[in-house]
Amino acid sequence: MNQFTILKSRAVVLPVDNIDTDQIIPARFLKVTDKIGLGEKLFSDWRYLPDGSANPDFVLNKPESQGAAILVAGDNFGCGSSREHAPWALAGFGFRALISTSFADIFRNNALKNGLLPVVVGADSYRKLIKKLESEPQTELTIDLPEQTLHVPGEASIHFSIDAFSKTCLLNGVDELGYLLGLEDQISAYEKNL
Amino acid sequence: MTPKTLFRKIWDRHVVTQQPDSPAVLYVDLHLVHEVTSPQAFSGLRARNLKVRRPDKTVATIDHGVPTRTEDGSKNGRLAFADEMSLRQIRQMEENCAEFGIRLYGLESENQGIVHVIGPELGFTQPGMTIVCGDSHTATHGAFGALAFGIGSSEVEHVLATQCLLQWQPKTCAVNIEGRLSPGVTSKDVILALIRQIGVGGGVGYVFEYRGPAVQVMTMEERMTLCNMTIEAGARAGLIAPDENTFDYLYGREFSPKGEQWERSIAHWKKLATDEGATFDHEITLKVSDLEPMVTFGTNPAMSIPIGGRIPDPDAADDEAQKSGLRKALDYMGLTPGQSLADHPVDVVFIGSCTNGRISDLRLAASLLRGRKVSPKTRLLVVPGSNQVKRQAEAEGLDRVFKDAGAEWREAGCSMCIAMNGDQLEPGEYAVSTSNRNFEGRQGKGGRTFLASPLTAAAAAIAGKITDPRPFMQS
Ligand code: SF4
Repeated sequence: MNQFTILKSRAVVLPVDNIDTDQIIPARFLKVTDKIGLGEKLFSDWRYLPDGSANPDFVLNKPESQGAAILVAGDNFGCGSSREHAPWALAGFGFRALISTSFADIFRNNALKNGLLPVVVGADSYRKLIKKLESEPQTELTIDLPEQTLHVPGEASIHFSIDAFSKTCLLNGVDELGYLLGLEDQISAYEKNL
Repeated sequence: MTPKTLFRKIWDRHVVTQQPDSPAVLYVDLHLVHEVTSPQAFSGLRARNLKVRRPDKTVATIDHGVPTRTEDGSKNGRLAFADEMSLRQIRQMEENCAEFGIRLYGLESENQGIVHVIGPELGFTQPGMTIVCGDSHTATHGAFGALAFGIGSSEVEHVLATQCLLQWQPKTCAVNIEGRLSPGVTSKDVILALIRQIGVGGGVGYVFEYRGPAVQVMTMEERMTLCNMTIEAGARAGLIAPDENTFDYLYGREFSPKGEQWERSIAHWKKLATDEGATFDHEITLKVSDLEPMVTFGTNPAMSIPIGGRIPDPDAADDEAQKSGLRKALDYMGLTPGQSLADHPVDVVFIGSCTNGRISDLRLAASLLRGRKVSPKTRLLVVPGSNQVKRQAEAEGLDRVFKDAGAEWREAGCSMCIAMNGDQLEPGEYAVSTSNRNFEGRQGKGGRTFLASPLTAAAAAIAGKITDPRPFMQS
């Protein structure tokens, strides 16, 4: 897993609540047996017109979205299915961090395992952020994981919380399976009592 | 001893270890696997040269991409795979299971079916267990008093390799379902009403325990429908305390405990119920005595109304986000505020899925369709949740009822619930569906879904439009 420390980037704004994983990556793209190429299918049904061309009105296709590594989206982002193809597609597009007022449970777990940082901010901060980015789309945000802060230029920095375990994993690029495999003795002892 | 909730009893028994400031290491009793969310997990095992730790606690099926018809419509013809990729994914599953020694209910198996249908019907699902699957509707198994939830593919790999999962302890919420359902109102309507009340994010961070008189009288299949859609409220899992209904359902199933073991299991299962005086972090009450059949009008399962109701006006919503969410949904659905859904034309009716594809669901639908015809304007697809369900339905003559009415009687699988196997809506088509998700494009790109119970779905097929199923029951 890639390490995450400090990310400075422009952001894409998608201010829609309850964006479900079927929108992030429609089911017809789940027939893959690897994780490759899913970035091109991200938000497919919103991003492409029926003839397959890019929908110029969709935010991901705007010139200022290219190269952005942060996505700001509405409440309860990632609800619905458990498909990890959703974070794979987001990461495949180039996103490294997501900002919302809340994330769906399974999605949040999946995102963290792919070096994708979910940042939860309060409703007020979210509204202000959207406003700012809509009027100044070139704004560069800074997400500082060690300090657990989000900097918006010209504003007071916003503190966000993350559990110590996930933070360490992200900072060091540690994968959880390695951690679990290291607990072999405890797992065996537990199994003896089954 | 401090009184404990059902959740807490299961949780405490399954914590292998917990380091400070770290999630618990939770032991998994049953790992269900399907072809869509597992290939990357098996590749991960190979890359690290790992084995499956407990093949004996792992059960696989092929359901999401499985064709439900043959190419020429004959009984033994070639299965109509959606495309080469789908076929390859299914073959990959067969290879993975063979290589890692996992029991697979595959294309050839007489017990193949949707993962959440076969787990219970084969007796794998048992009270007090921890059950996971790379599938959000794993919540279904909570109907048996098992802590069951969906996980991602990375976690599938973790469980395959270590039989454990890293989990933070969720909060608990008691969901009291009070009153008695009137005829024609089902547990599907109950869960739709609950999600409408609390919203699709209303349960985030919680495990629900469904309680109350309405739940006590539900059959196991009705309870499974209720728990199945818990995830649509954002909750991690839904639980129901095991009781005589649970034991009766499990008795004699292929993998249920037998003989002395059965007696011991019952004694253990009886102790699982939440203790008197145990506290929950939160509590919700839903009164169901006046509940009517529910239908969704929007693009998430919280956007529903009683069958006689009217579509809400986005301008009347509380905040800007809700307003724009509703507008976007109505725009996609081609509906207008204030409109009634009654008499709205329907192109396709889909009866099936892990929510409502069990034998009791098919019986309900058949009870309305018996001696009637599907509207010439509408196509009705009936897809049993498993081969066992299919055999049982055929033994009861339900397949004849469906076919005589003009419906398509298919092979078992997820089918049009997720539209990966070639069964799908065309852009713009309207469907009444007994499945669980009405998201944009869920049943096929551009397709528009109304979620409802099997009764409401059957009535829609007959009328060719959305209609109250209850008058059909009286005649
Ligand atoms: S029937 Fe639908 S919801 Fe259930 S497991 Fe299959 S795809 Fe998922």
